[in-house]
Amino acid sequence: MDDLLREFLTETNESLDVVDVELVKFEQDPNNEKILGNIFRLVHTIKGTCGFLGLPRLEAIAHAAETLMGKFRDGVPVTEAAVTLVLQSIDRIKQLVADLEASETEPAGSDEDLISQLERMAEAGKPAEPVTEVPKHTEGALIYQVLERQLRPGEVSLDELERAFRETVVEPDRSAEAAPAAAAEPAPAPAARPARAAQPKAEAKEKDGEGEAKAGGVSAQTIRVAVDTLEHLMTMVSELVLTRNQLLEIVRRHEDSEFKVPLQRLSNVTAELQEGVMKTRMQPIGNAWQKLPRIVRDLSSELGKHIELEMIGQETELDRQVLELIKDPLTHMVRNSADHGLEGPDQRKAAGKPDKGTIRLSAYHEGGHIIIEIADDGRGLDLEKIRNKIVDNGLATEFELEKMSEAQIFKYVFAPGFSTAAKVTNVSGRGVGMDVVKTNIDAIGGTVDLKSVAGKGTTFTIKIPLTLAIVSTLIVESAGDRFAIPQLSVVELVRAQQNSEHRIERIRDTPVLRLRNKLLPLVHLSRLLDITSIGAEATQPVSEEDGFIVVMQVGQQTFGVVVDAVFHTEEIVVKPMSTMLRHINMFSGNTILGDGSVIMIVDPNGIAQAIGPSQTAGTSEEADHEEERTRETAQMVSLLLFRAGSDEPKAVPLSLVTRLEEFSIDKVERSNGRDLVQYRGSLMPLVYFDEFAQRKTEGSLPMLVFSDAGRSMGLVVDEIIDIVEDRLEIEVGSERAGMLGSAVIKGKATEVVDIGHFLPQAFEDWFRRKEISSEALTRSLLFIDDAPFFRNMLGPVLKAAGYRVTVCASAPEALDMLEHGRRFDVIVSDIEMPEMNGFEFAEAVKRHPRLRQIPILALSSMCTPASIERGRQSGFDDYIAKFDRPGLIAALKEVTTHEFGVAA
Amino acid sequence: MSDDVNGLNESIQYVTVVIGGQLFGLPIERVHDVFVPDSITRVPLSRPEIAGVLNLRGRIVTAIDMRRRLHLPPRESGGTAMAVGIESKGESYGLLIDNVGEVLDLPTAGREANPVNLDARWAAISGGVHRLNGQLMVILDVDRVLGGMSEAAAA
Repeated sequence: MDDLLREFLTETNESLDVVDVELVKFEQDPNNEKILGNIFRLVHTIKGTCGFLGLPRLEAIAHAAETLMGKFRDGVPVTEAAVTLVLQSIDRIKQLVADLEASETEPAGSDEDLISQLERMAEAGKPAEPVTEVPKHTEGALIYQVLERQLRPGEVSLDELERAFRETVVEPDRSAEAAPAAAAEPAPAPAARPARAAQPKAEAKEKDGEGEAKAGGVSAQTIRVAVDTLEHLMTMVSELVLTRNQLLEIVRRHEDSEFKVPLQRLSNVTAELQEGVMKTRMQPIGNAWQKLPRIVRDLSSELGKHIELEMIGQETELDRQVLELIKDPLTHMVRNSADHGLEGPDQRKAAGKPDKGTIRLSAYHEGGHIIIEIADDGRGLDLEKIRNKIVDNGLATEFELEKMSEAQIFKYVFAPGFSTAAKVTNVSGRGVGMDVVKTNIDAIGGTVDLKSVAGKGTTFTIKIPLTLAIVSTLIVESAGDRFAIPQLSVVELVRAQQNSEHRIERIRDTPVLRLRNKLLPLVHLSRLLDITSIGAEATQPVSEEDGFIVVMQVGQQTFGVVVDAVFHTEEIVVKPMSTMLRHINMFSGNTILGDGSVIMIVDPNGIAQAIGPSQTAGTSEEADHEEERTRETAQMVSLLLFRAGSDEPKAVPLSLVTRLEEFSIDKVERSNGRDLVQYRGSLMPLVYFDEFAQRKTEGSLPMLVFSDAGRSMGLVVDEIIDIVEDRLEIEVGSERAGMLGSAVIKGKATEVVDIGHFLPQAFEDWFRRKEISSEALTRSLLFIDDAPFFRNMLGPVLKAAGYRVTVCASAPEALDMLEHGRRFDVIVSDIEMPEMNGFEFAEAVKRHPRLRQIPILALSSMCTPASIERGRQSGFDDYIAKFDRPGLIAALKEVTTHEFGVAA
Repeated sequence: MSDDVNGLNESIQYVTVVIGGQLFGLPIERVHDVFVPDSITRVPLSRPEIAGVLNLRGRIVTAIDMRRRLHLPPRESGGTAMAVGIESKGESYGLLIDNVGEVLDLPTAGREANPVNLDARWAAISGGVHRLNGQLMVILDVDRVLGGMSEAAAA
């Protein structure tokens, strides 16, 4: 394509997008001369350039639109119809430009329809002025026309046109090149029209020419670079980063290397270069929003609703590749909000809301991600409708829905073919949409979430990585091979050991993990990938139970992936896989690590699919948190429901149960008058719920296993029914041994079992040995870290160590909490935090007379002698590396016992 | 590959390799390098012929176990493999072989078609046979070696 034409197309496309936005603004604020001037200038530039390049159709429309806008400028009232007409013309121009882009020639056809309308409108507005007072001209001769034309006082048309030319005609020779191109074009437009074209009412009245100066300045400081060039640069920088990593790895192995210093320098330069190149790819998200005001405007007239679109954080930048990918999903979501999020004006009035609905788009950075929110103040999602739809579509049963939280049910709107719009409108409700949105966002490693309050509105929150080129991953090992897991989907890490709080348990053969009173489905990475260790030592049964669990969240699915070891995190450059391997959807790519070896990158979406879409057990982390919150206020408890002895359901708090097991009858051995099973290398006594009931003679015995301080007992029941979340309020007390009483659980009268009755049946001294361990539980701990990753990872660790943990995302928040009288026995704080860092925080705490006594520990990934010293000076009692969990626990133990002055 | 435009004097240079005792020849212009494969990363769930991926001077190379590709028994443990690096459609592959031999300059005219009774799986990736002194050299058609695999992968 001709350079000149290409430049024109790029520039025109940009201008048109701006015009769209400006026009909508203008309609709302017709007296704003600045906006009008802006639009005028843009349309004018388009027109001028078209004339120059010999694009008569474009020129004619632009001209007619400009004429009409000229009338606005002269004081003709701005009507919606007029703006609509101008917008229609802009659309036509866009269409022509698109055709031009595809075929490099202006398509044949007539725009007489639009032009005559525009003219009529212009004349109706102010009939005094004749529209066509045009001198004839020939194509390509526009420049001279302008010079000949008589200027009205106060106009600065010449400047404007000159600017257009200065920008278009890069060098004089080029225009000569352009001429043949122009000549080659068919001249499809009726002869009448080009004639009118050269009437540039270029009254882009810039206030004292300031705008122009600015425009000139910008063009001098920016250059256009082909996207390919940037992409190539990015690839090369990525390679450089990899090479640098390899070098660093080599030097690390040789202690006294003379390469160390220059390599450090190289490393810094590389990092800076990488950042710089990344920056060139960054674009403000506003670019993706540009079309929205127009869309919303059109929608509001189409739907008969008053809609205001607020946009916050347009300048937030993200990688242009990502930007391109979210453009369409965003547009769809805004349409969706306008169409079925917001109510009609009558409904709104009835609900006591202002009749103008608001859609608020906001974007901001958080960690390595960008968060985009689309909020409307409409009616909110209709829970009933969604439930019905879920059942109708067979996505879940009524029974399953019973168990779901509102948030979980709402998430079904992202299911394929799901639309609750009662009637299919032009705009949405065709049942394709939200699922596509979700797929698109998933594809770039993002997540989408929603909150909805009936009558108040719905908020969608999209979280996407800033860039796709470099990914932070967690390096793990499974069956002797290393794999990289994108950090974005990693929620937390849990260490599973046979005798720790976190144990891998099994229901039938399905491994699960009890995590904060939820059952988390687990999958062994080695099983998933069908790999076994190479070498002689076969997988030992021990490794089945021990391991690290990488808790991952993909969309609404949360699951744990069991791996053998977790190493470190590494920034990697994703390289596409060979075509021969691309069919394996467990991997999203591969890369070269610092040590030079190739590693496969696990695709979280692939794992999620393999685990299966029916994940009612796997709740989202958010729901989890929500529940945690509600539990605090409403005392929600996870209860295990089972049947034993009689038909009525029985319940026991899940937190007391260590494990659910099933043993076949023939495994049960009898010794010394009691039933035992061999369990994990020792004998476990069995206690029957109902001692006198008929024992089964074949099949298997489901049982609840209770363990404490190395001892276990199995309570044999008839059937395990379910795990539910409910309030535990015992309404009727019980006289019967083994029963605490009855409570209503999930709408049914349920007997609550007193486990304390059964435990001594297995070991008589069960309770006598108790007192030692639980005293730590009374200690409260405040944990401050700005990174959700660490909050999620370390919070449970601290809890497991026996502290009542309160987590806090920032130092000021923590300080506020402390100053308002919250008491804590110990504080653990991160160092690197925005707003107020850990050192400042510690100093503030130590300055406070009442808080001074609280021991405070620093937890940081930056563990240099200098920072440790700095920590000591700030008043930290100890300084611990972030990944040193045993160190943390030990330090906690030390400061807390010291504090209480009690010897263990 | 070169056509037999002017017949008799045309010759093709072959890099000879040994796989499971059989001599094979690869057209020299397809061979980018010969290297000793080091630390191959297994790719789970991939086709059995794919030995894994490895890093060859900053490029990720897909290693193909030619013994498996040719349905030969696996190499006895201890024997180090060699690899022939080839490019296809912008991607790098390493064919794992037992040994690399000399480069032979063979007249095109001396090439014979595959014997009709050749194992069909071999015939599918062989571009013909050259009779050498004392032994036969099977011409490996690189594109068919790789092509067969990605087709199967796509299916």
